[in-house]
Amino acid sequence: MNPSNYIILSALLFGIGATGVLVRRNAIVVFMSVELMLNASNLAFVAFARMHGNLDGQVVAFFVMVVAAAEVVVGLAIIVQIFRSRRSASIDEPNLLKY
Amino acid sequence: MIDTNTGEAVVFWICAILSVLGAVGLITSRKAVHSALWMALTMVTLAVLYIANAAPFLGMVQIIVYTGAVMMLFLFVIMVVGVDASDSLIETIKGQRWAAVLLGAALMLIMVWGLGSALAGIPATGLEFANRQDGGNVQGIAHLIFTDYLVVFEVTSALLITAALGAMVLAHREHWKPKPTQEELSKARFLGEEHPGNRPNPGIYARHNAVDTPALLPDGTPTELSIPGPLRARGDIAPVDIEDVHAIEEADSL
Amino acid sequence: MQELMPATGVFSLLWLLIALPLAGSAILLLGGRMTNKWGPYLAVSTIVIDALLAIWMLVEMMGQGAEERTFNDNIYSWVFAGTFKVDMAFQLDQLSMVFVLLITIVGALIHIYSLGYMSHDPDRRKFFGFLNLFVAAMLLLVLANNYLLMYVGWEGVGLASYLLIGFWQYKPSAAAAAKKAFIINRVGDVGLSLAIMVMFVTFGSVSFEDVFGSTGQASEGTLTAIGLLLLLAACGKSAQFPLQAWLLDAMEGPTPVSALIHAATMVTAGVYLITRSNAIFDAAAWAATAVVVIGVITMFMGAIIGCAKDDIKKSLAGSTMSQIGYMVIAAGLGPVGYVFAIFHLLTHGVFKAGLFLGAGSVMHAMKDNVNMRRYGALRALMVVTFGTFLVCTLSIMGIPPFSGFWSKDSIVHAAFESSNLVGICTVLAAGITGFYMTRMVAMTFYGKARWEDDAHPHESPAVMTIPLIILAIGATFLGMALLFWGNIETWLEPVVGFEEGHVAIPELLLMAITLAVVLIGAAIGWIQYARREVPVTEPHGNLLTRAARAELYGNEINDVLVVHPSFWLSRFLVWFDNAWVDGFVNSSAAAVGGLSGRMRKYQTGFIRSYALSMLGGAILVVVALVLVRLS
Repeated sequence: MNPSNYIILSALLFGIGATGVLVRRNAIVVFMSVELMLNASNLAFVAFARMHGNLDGQVVAFFVMVVAAAEVVVGLAIIVQIFRSRRSASIDEPNLLKY
Repeated sequence: MIDTNTGEAVVFWICAILSVLGAVGLITSRKAVHSALWMALTMVTLAVLYIANAAPFLGMVQIIVYTGAVMMLFLFVIMVVGVDASDSLIETIKGQRWAAVLLGAALMLIMVWGLGSALAGIPATGLEFANRQDGGNVQGIAHLIFTDYLVVFEVTSALLITAALGAMVLAHREHWKPKPTQEELSKARFLGEEHPGNRPNPGIYARHNAVDTPALLPDGTPTELSIPGPLRARGDIAPVDIEDVHAIEEADSL
Repeated sequence: MQELMPATGVFSLLWLLIALPLAGSAILLLGGRMTNKWGPYLAVSTIVIDALLAIWMLVEMMGQGAEERTFNDNIYSWVFAGTFKVDMAFQLDQLSMVFVLLITIVGALIHIYSLGYMSHDPDRRKFFGFLNLFVAAMLLLVLANNYLLMYVGWEGVGLASYLLIGFWQYKPSAAAAAKKAFIINRVGDVGLSLAIMVMFVTFGSVSFEDVFGSTGQASEGTLTAIGLLLLLAACGKSAQFPLQAWLLDAMEGPTPVSALIHAATMVTAGVYLITRSNAIFDAAAWAATAVVVIGVITMFMGAIIGCAKDDIKKSLAGSTMSQIGYMVIAAGLGPVGYVFAIFHLLTHGVFKAGLFLGAGSVMHAMKDNVNMRRYGALRALMVVTFGTFLVCTLSIMGIPPFSGFWSKDSIVHAAFESSNLVGICTVLAAGITGFYMTRMVAMTFYGKARWEDDAHPHESPAVMTIPLIILAIGATFLGMALLFWGNIETWLEPVVGFEEGHVAIPELLLMAITLAVVLIGAAIGWIQYARREVPVTEPHGNLLTRAARAELYGNEINDVLVVHPSFWLSRFLVWFDNAWVDGFVNSSAAAVGGLSGRMRKYQTGFIRSYALSMLGGAILVVVALVLVRLS
């Protein structure tokens, strides 16, 4: 089996995640889709590390996980905050910033 | 050239199919809880794929951080927002859905074609040597983090602390008035309009003691106060048994 | 060149001469209504102190040797930029001394006169503030030791003149006259500033000492250019042809202003400039000739206008133009004439101030009516005014032994020394002077009373008549005093040079001819305006009279040559600005606005729409990358 299959899998997951961000309205699900995209890129990093034979790719993937964790914490706190004031978790609701 | 044996191929295909399934499930489920569960599936399969890719440390971290911490956080927030809250499937922005699907598919196509043609025929080195150098995968990553990536690592700590603080600030609810003391609470209770004592339990003087059976007052009339709010709201109140009323009247006439 | 002496003793107070009126003006103009009561007296006292100081300086100066009378007082270094250095420095020599005396003494008399003349004006604090400002600027003009500092004074008097002409700015005619004076003066000012720039380029300095000391190094062409530019400046300030049009309108200002600024001092600044720059004109013969030509033209123009105007002040203004023409001629004649230009300037400053103040006194009596056709038979009612006016008239006509005779005769003499043609012209103009001055006196003081119904003529108060009397005394004796006792030739000779010329006609004969011409002119005037009835409305008159009434069409010529082309240019520019510049700007703005109006519809506020366009952009980038790197 060719190791580039991992990369292609990562591309598929990334595309699915992107579509999810665009299609879903529930902020939590949108957030999950973003996490999916991050994970897809992590998979690519790990596969590249293996193909190139050094561990830098894995280290970067590790940092991506750390940053993603921080992002989830803040993002979910914002979602809770929005939900508190608007009683809704839809990202179409906060649409006042427009023409 | 690394050897990708048949075992890995089997693992890859199983996990690849499962992860794509999880991803599609994630974006198609109506309920957020289901999405979260589908995501957990994808995360776990990805962890397996990491391990298969000679990254056992990342695989473990993936399971601990994502399927452990991040998933819990998601579920917790879903609990706050409401487990039952489900999206309607009607798209409100005109053309958004098909444009999104089209663009997502285009992205996938381009990346698959581009990466596929770019990576075809490039030999992969494999991580056996790199992992062996420091005595293992974890030691190798540790070596890199605390040498080449030390500054990044330290900055990450600052990021995590900031994120924690930010989450605390955002989740903090402002108090506009001082918290009422117990004395104030009890005064408010006894001076208020409502009866300060207990409400009647369901089933008092009635024939049944089920929660949907209203209690009877001494004159035989049923009181809805004894029924829990949700049942009242649903209208799930059992009819008053006329025999009970008669029994009370008999007791009165004695 | 004279040696520069350091300013010691009383001469170290030179700066005080300028500072006193400047401080007075600052106090009056900035002090507001607080100073209404005592402000005018403060203004008068600063000038009186100045006059006393000037007399003290004169006495001190006369005690010095003839070659040791130039004092230099360097206050501080004013401008230094690269090789360009200008000091804030004052220079007092014999030439500036006589000017300082004229300005301060006549200025003091006019200030005192104004106390009476302006006593009912609600704005008289402002008036005295402006008047003080004028005196300060004029003193700066004559005391500066370099052209740049003189330029400051030059602009200062222009500003004060503008403010005072437009003093009654609620009258549209006064406001327009002020603007006219200012704008025409600017043309001359450009000449002076260009002259200063050429001097700096040529000599590397603008101080009198450096410029006059090194005229030998410059080519004659350069000197001619500087001379012509200085002449342009002098034309603007002294109302010489072709920049003469503003002076007649300037009579819109209060009469003391006309006396001080537009007769005695400021309008003679041009003569001062030419005389001061004698080293340049001596080395540039063409420029000097141009000066004479300008002087002759203006002399006749002023005299002719003076003959036809019925407005007493405008008639006097024409006379002023004409007399300054005399001075300019004398200044253009070179070393034979400089001294007499200054001589005539001094006597003219005194008797013309007297004439204007007399006219002001008459107007004061006639309820500010300036039309001489509505005067007449005033000599019995206004004895002092009539007497002083008559003395000054005889002086300006050049009747011996009054001041004007000596100075004008000197100029006529000097003119014959250089050219018979110029000499004959000056004699003719003297005859015209005799005519229009007699006409003025006859129409005002003789004949029948042609007053407006509500006029009740009366003599003016003492505060006005005393200055008149002092000026009349000056108009009588100043000429003889300067010529015989003061020895003005030898006094000024170290500064401006002097040489005796030779005239074919014997001096006494020349005097007699001139006097005869003047008397003929006076006799014609007497017959026409004292013997015959003067009509109350002006008669149609012949072609020349009508032209003279219209100020020889000076305004019309300006209109055609300058004003209308400027209007057309502005209209064209306005059209160009509206149609093209604005059109381009507006249409591009409209294009951006319209585009934005359509584009903003894509700002739906929906995060998912934005994310969609982000993804589209990302895909484009990826496509580009793939196409570039993989194909």
